[in-house]
Amino acid sequence: MLRVSIEKIREINRKYSKPRIKMSRGVRFALLMLRLYLIFLVLILAYKFATMTVLK
Amino acid sequence: MILGPGIIVMVADNDAGGITTYAVTGSKFGYSFIWVEFLLLPVAYVCQEMTVRLGAVTKRGHAEAIFDAFGSFWGWFSLTDLTLTDWLTTVTEFIGMTAALSIFHIPPPLTVIGAVILIMAMVMSGRYWTWEKIVLVFCVLNLIYIPAVFLINPPVSAILREGVIPGFPYGLNNLVFFFLMANVGTTIAPWMIFFQQSAVVDKGLREKDIRWERVDTAIGSCFTIAVGVFIIILTGTLLRGVNIESAAEAAVLLMPINKYIGTFMVIGLFDAGLLGAICISLTSSWAFGEVFGWAHSLNQKIGQAPWFFLFRLIILVGAGAVVLIPGAPLILITLFVQVIAVTLLPAALTFLVLLLNQEDLVGKYKNTRLQNIVASVIVGAIIILSTLYGVSALFPELFK
Repeated sequence: MLRVSIEKIREINRKYSKPRIKMSRGVRFALLMLRLYLIFLVLILAYKFATMTVLK
Repeated sequence: MILGPGIIVMVADNDAGGITTYAVTGSKFGYSFIWVEFLLLPVAYVCQEMTVRLGAVTKRGHAEAIFDAFGSFWGWFSLTDLTLTDWLTTVTEFIGMTAALSIFHIPPPLTVIGAVILIMAMVMSGRYWTWEKIVLVFCVLNLIYIPAVFLINPPVSAILREGVIPGFPYGLNNLVFFFLMANVGTTIAPWMIFFQQSAVVDKGLREKDIRWERVDTAIGSCFTIAVGVFIIILTGTLLRGVNIESAAEAAVLLMPINKYIGTFMVIGLFDAGLLGAICISLTSSWAFGEVFGWAHSLNQKIGQAPWFFLFRLIILVGAGAVVLIPGAPLILITLFVQVIAVTLLPAALTFLVLLLNQEDLVGKYKNTRLQNIVASVIVGAIIILSTLYGVSALFPELFK
């Protein structure tokens, strides 16, 4: 079951390994902003977790 | 009948959490937020209309479209985040349902088991249309707040004076800003984008149906805003200045004032939770089915799409079980939903706009320049407000 699932995930990764969208400057910029946004969220989540742990 | 996905997604958006937001808003600020709800009508329509075009033209759900266009990194991110958000939101729907029926002395285990059986029984026919008709009945029940308002004869002149003219009679302080963000956050949720696109595909809508599906979405937008406005009028009239924290609490307080209104509130809250659980659990199942290549249509019987229905059952049973665990951190889960949702919403909306700009993908249905300007302004505003809402869930002292 686990092996089948892992193989399926690998197959999905192979199938979608290359983004099919035309990588225009606008698309690149939007994806970069999304990455930065996610990093920002992860950092504030980490900060919250750290401060909660210290306060406890 | 073309009408369906738009009305269902919009009305289901008034889920248990949404009903609570409107009820608390009305009790705290009277009618003064009504104009905000009207502003959110085009916001909801513009976002959801894009999913209609994308689904009808590409015949793909949003999860599959993201994998295909942006690759596996963004695909897995969207799929896992969507599933986590959906599962946590389904927990909040069960919280709403059990809280509502507890007022009628129905034990929570009975509510959870009954809701899961009902939701799974609705797909037994193996026909999308049958399922859709049943869900539309629950959508009509969600409008119960409208007759409730007519029963109390609210002061129309005060509603017009306070509610329709934009302004902040309570000042633009941190609390008002928090509720502004909460109302925006409850109008557009990530699951809605995935749900409507998958529903359009599962229903088999084609390019020629886009015009009617737009009408469907517009009607749904009006319904979702109408329900919000009428709940605000209800609690703004009967519970103004009363410190409530949930719709269930509002129902309890309304019972001695007018037992019919209190009962309507309970029925509406249960129905909202049920609709939310129906649609949100389906969203993740559709998304997983699309990506993993499982049979994933409501036009199939359980035996024909076992993984699709099993996955949905696991989400429902898992969410329902959490609510029944004594001492489960339900308040923490409710707050966590807001935070997790803001990690997905900007990505889902951005991908939507980017995909609607690919002529080779959507042909003549790509966004016009005007649509892009409107969509970008709306998406930008939603991202800022929902992010602040998520941050406020983490750091409540910022907005209190």
